[in-house]
Amino acid sequence: MLAVLRAVALARLREQPGRVVVTVVAVALGVALATAVYLINAGALNEFGLAARKLVGEADVVIRGASGGFDEALYPRIARDPSVAAASPVLELDMAPLGDHPALKVLGLDPFRAAGIQPELIAGLGGVLLTLFEPDSIALSAAAAEELGVGTGGTFAVRVGTSVRELRVVQVLPTSAYAQRLGVMDIATAQWSFDRVGTINRLDLRLGAGADVDGFRQRLRRLLPAGVVSTGPDIERDRAANVTRAYRVNLDMLAMVALLTGAFLVFSTQALSILRRRASLALLRAIGVTRRQLELALLAEGVLIGIAGSALGVALGQGIAMLALAGLGGDLGGGYFRSLSIVAQPQPGPLLVFFLLGTAIAAFGAWAPAREASAAPPARALKAGDAEHAARRLRPAWPGAALMSAGLACAGLPPVGGIPLFGYLSVTALLFGGILLVPAASSRLLAILPQPRRATLSTALAQLRGSAGQSAVSLAAIIVSFSLMVAMAIMVHSFRQSFDGWLGQVLPADLHMRVAQAADTAYWSEADQAAIAAVPGVSRVEFRRQRAVILAPGREPVQLIARPLREPADIADLPLVGKGLPVRGGGQAWISEAVHDLYRLDVGDTLRLPLRGKDCLLVVAGIWRDYSRPSGAILVDRDWYVAQTGDVSASQGSVWLEPGVRPQDVERLIRGHFERGDALQIYTGPALKELSLGFFDRAFAVTYLLEAVAVLIGLVGVSFAFSAQALARRAEFGMLRHVGMLRRQVVAMLAGEGAVLGVIGVLYGLALGFVLSLVLVYVINRQSFNWSIDLHIPSLQLAVVALVLVAAAALTATVSARAAMSTSALRAVREDW
Amino acid sequence: MAIMAAPSADPQIVLELKSLVRRFRPDRPPVIDGIDFCLRRGEYVAIMGESGVGKSTLLNLMAGLDRPDAGSIEFDGCDLAVLDDDAATLLRRRAMGFVFQAFHVLPYLTVTDNVALPLDLAGMPRPERDRRVGEMLESVGLGGFGSRYPRELSGGELQRVAISRALVHRPRLLLADEPTGNLDPRSAAQVLELLRAQVRSAGSSGVLITHSRAAAETADRVLVMDGRRLVPLGDER
Repeated sequence: MLAVLRAVALARLREQPGRVVVTVVAVALGVALATAVYLINAGALNEFGLAARKLVGEADVVIRGASGGFDEALYPRIARDPSVAAASPVLELDMAPLGDHPALKVLGLDPFRAAGIQPELIAGLGGVLLTLFEPDSIALSAAAAEELGVGTGGTFAVRVGTSVRELRVVQVLPTSAYAQRLGVMDIATAQWSFDRVGTINRLDLRLGAGADVDGFRQRLRRLLPAGVVSTGPDIERDRAANVTRAYRVNLDMLAMVALLTGAFLVFSTQALSILRRRASLALLRAIGVTRRQLELALLAEGVLIGIAGSALGVALGQGIAMLALAGLGGDLGGGYFRSLSIVAQPQPGPLLVFFLLGTAIAAFGAWAPAREASAAPPARALKAGDAEHAARRLRPAWPGAALMSAGLACAGLPPVGGIPLFGYLSVTALLFGGILLVPAASSRLLAILPQPRRATLSTALAQLRGSAGQSAVSLAAIIVSFSLMVAMAIMVHSFRQSFDGWLGQVLPADLHMRVAQAADTAYWSEADQAAIAAVPGVSRVEFRRQRAVILAPGREPVQLIARPLREPADIADLPLVGKGLPVRGGGQAWISEAVHDLYRLDVGDTLRLPLRGKDCLLVVAGIWRDYSRPSGAILVDRDWYVAQTGDVSASQGSVWLEPGVRPQDVERLIRGHFERGDALQIYTGPALKELSLGFFDRAFAVTYLLEAVAVLIGLVGVSFAFSAQALARRAEFGMLRHVGMLRRQVVAMLAGEGAVLGVIGVLYGLALGFVLSLVLVYVINRQSFNWSIDLHIPSLQLAVVALVLVAAAALTATVSARAAMSTSALRAVREDW
Repeated sequence: MAIMAAPSADPQIVLELKSLVRRFRPDRPPVIDGIDFCLRRGEYVAIMGESGVGKSTLLNLMAGLDRPDAGSIEFDGCDLAVLDDDAATLLRRRAMGFVFQAFHVLPYLTVTDNVALPLDLAGMPRPERDRRVGEMLESVGLGGFGSRYPRELSGGELQRVAISRALVHRPRLLLADEPTGNLDPRSAAQVLELLRAQVRSAGSSGVLITHSRAAAETADRVLVMDGRRLVPLGDER
């Protein structure tokens, strides 16, 4: 067996070392990307898990209300329940530090009570526990202290309402206590500092030994006011990770694209290499090598390539993960994990899995050609022209058609656990089906091309028609990568165009402002709102109150937005999807697509909205598209909201100016009205749009990178195929030179073949990519993110890439031809074929 | 790319080699050392010799595919040694035909398209090209084979296709390098006879390289490459 392996694999390594090395590198790239994305995601998830575990501690039940909270009187009532061994009230808020800082999560808790439930966290406070009771004291995690640029004894400012409050750092927690950004305050200090006296929004409970958790939660349900839910520790731990799951799955899928393209590259390289060595392999069979020995030797060849590529790939992947985490962060620019600091630790288990996966995929790529070559009768394989006979076995269209049909059927199925599992299956089936249809499709396409009059071109076309099977194998890797690139490009472009249009619709005012980003503690009072409205040059101002409400346990809170919604004109800027009910004002709600999808609510349905401890019934009057709140948003009329809650504060506003007034003048006046007005977030419509599109482009930067790598791997596949064919046809070129074909005519013939193949690959890739993009846009995007996007084709971008690919195909064919022609015509005609 | 004509060429001489020397490595003796050879119009000459003696090198020099280190090669009054690659190629396209031991018939072209290659390269109009190919195939006994592909033919039939391709454009010189090396004795005899007849009927001259005495005997004159020189059969050392 070793002798056979030596005769097959080592002979190839000696003959084509460069090609073997590049195939190994291509496999390594695919494995590296898959490994890197996994390690980054796993690192993020691990940090989510650790952070959530520290915060949940040993709680058996967590009672949670929206950020607005609930009456703290609930705490003693529940704590008295005989099943409860320990109870810890918590006020959990996103605080708004002044300056260019993201919101900071702050836990206001009773340290003595919390010690029984979150012992690790409280232990981090060490000997300074009592100083936490001093006014305006806060303990910061090391990550938060570093981000705010403050140490023990230092102070930093936060916004409360529109005023500013200084907080003093009494302790920086060790990283072992909590690794992410967090602030810890005494609950009374937090309630006082943030104007929440008498309010908590979380209650952590540890039950006594042997207590019936389910029974206790049943009892709780009767006690809890509307909008307050009880959850188990698992749901609490998974909650944050769930929000990002779809994004992470999408990144995983993109990494798999690169791996898959690598597999197709191995397949086409192995298939062409085996086709080229067909006569030598048949000779081995003729002199006594068994079919099984030959098949195993060829398979071993693929496995060896897989082992080398995978070993290199996992090492490279670990390095890429570390670099990407340092440069882009744990979400690879997606903006989801901004508060997390993640380290990609080497994980032997997953690294081994990716090593084995890469090896298995390379073996799979080598398996089909190995099987075919070993099954070929030696007598026929020894004859010239048998290579195409072998490749012709790929021509039947029914397997491809069947897979495509299965793919289309999968596209119609719903998500599984919030993940578009069938959508991904659909893409995979359509892709494989599309590839299996390449031989049949390329034969038909070549058959309908008109016969050129020039000898070089007609010979080129005849060659392509005569070797459609081999051409299809050559095209497999580039069609896979290009069609996926087309699909991703259409999806991203559609998303960007839809997002751009959406921004244009939802940002109609001259100025848009908010007190702080995503913070619970910052708002404008009624007096502040009146002052802004009275600023000279302001023609009209619309204030909105945004707050979180919990509609279901285990789901992220939905954002409730109260804004004027009394007349049809008030919804003019609302990007409605489908038909809605006439605007009547109070009692109506306009829900985002995410609320429609996640809570199965439709126009005309009744929505139970928990406000101030009671359920308010609203009629769903319309569904709108919202790209900024993935967990869902509900719009209600502000007058109605004030009547229900008495909350007249506002967190966001839009300002329309009088004609001729400069936005920067009004902005200056508004800022001047408030303490530290420079820290208010005020943007013109175009500036906010630009900022938002900038975030979008950063989020998709990694997508473009992964696409580019996949296309590069595909191009390498094409160049291998051309050079393999050019080398195999040296004798043909020699004969053509003998009968009077000029050297440049031979090169032109090969370039023509390359261009025709490139055009077929590109056209086919475009068509297949378009079909895949429909699944991405209408199935995977919708099921992953719960928002719709309109289909937009990036014609110019695709045309440029298509032209570059055709040119690259022609160029690689030309280079291959020149390399093959470097052998003189004299020697070439003496090589048997 | 201009093909240069010698001023005082004998119209009866198609190919003339004078004091031809070809050396592949300076530290080794030349493969061809001072060969003189003259091929007349309509003449069919066989060149014999043992393997490795330089027969094919000589053929390549005659075809303008290789350049001598010394001496001259005149074809129809043109000095092949001074032609650049394109000019030599165009000369081969117009005035030479080749038959190889391994046939070298393109597998993806039909028999008709294979035979028509030199005519297509010359840009001959389609009707004339089809007529010429049809006549050629008839004359080699392959009438009705035009639409077949090479994989459907036997070795003897493939070599007839190659002979047709070599002669369809009516070249002045046919160069055949071991044309029967891959054939069984019966097919080989048929091909040799056909080759001889076709060269004669086309009015061409021919050089047949072979190590087979039987093959050589079909020629008008037999020369032997002996010690890097060309001598008539029987005169060799």
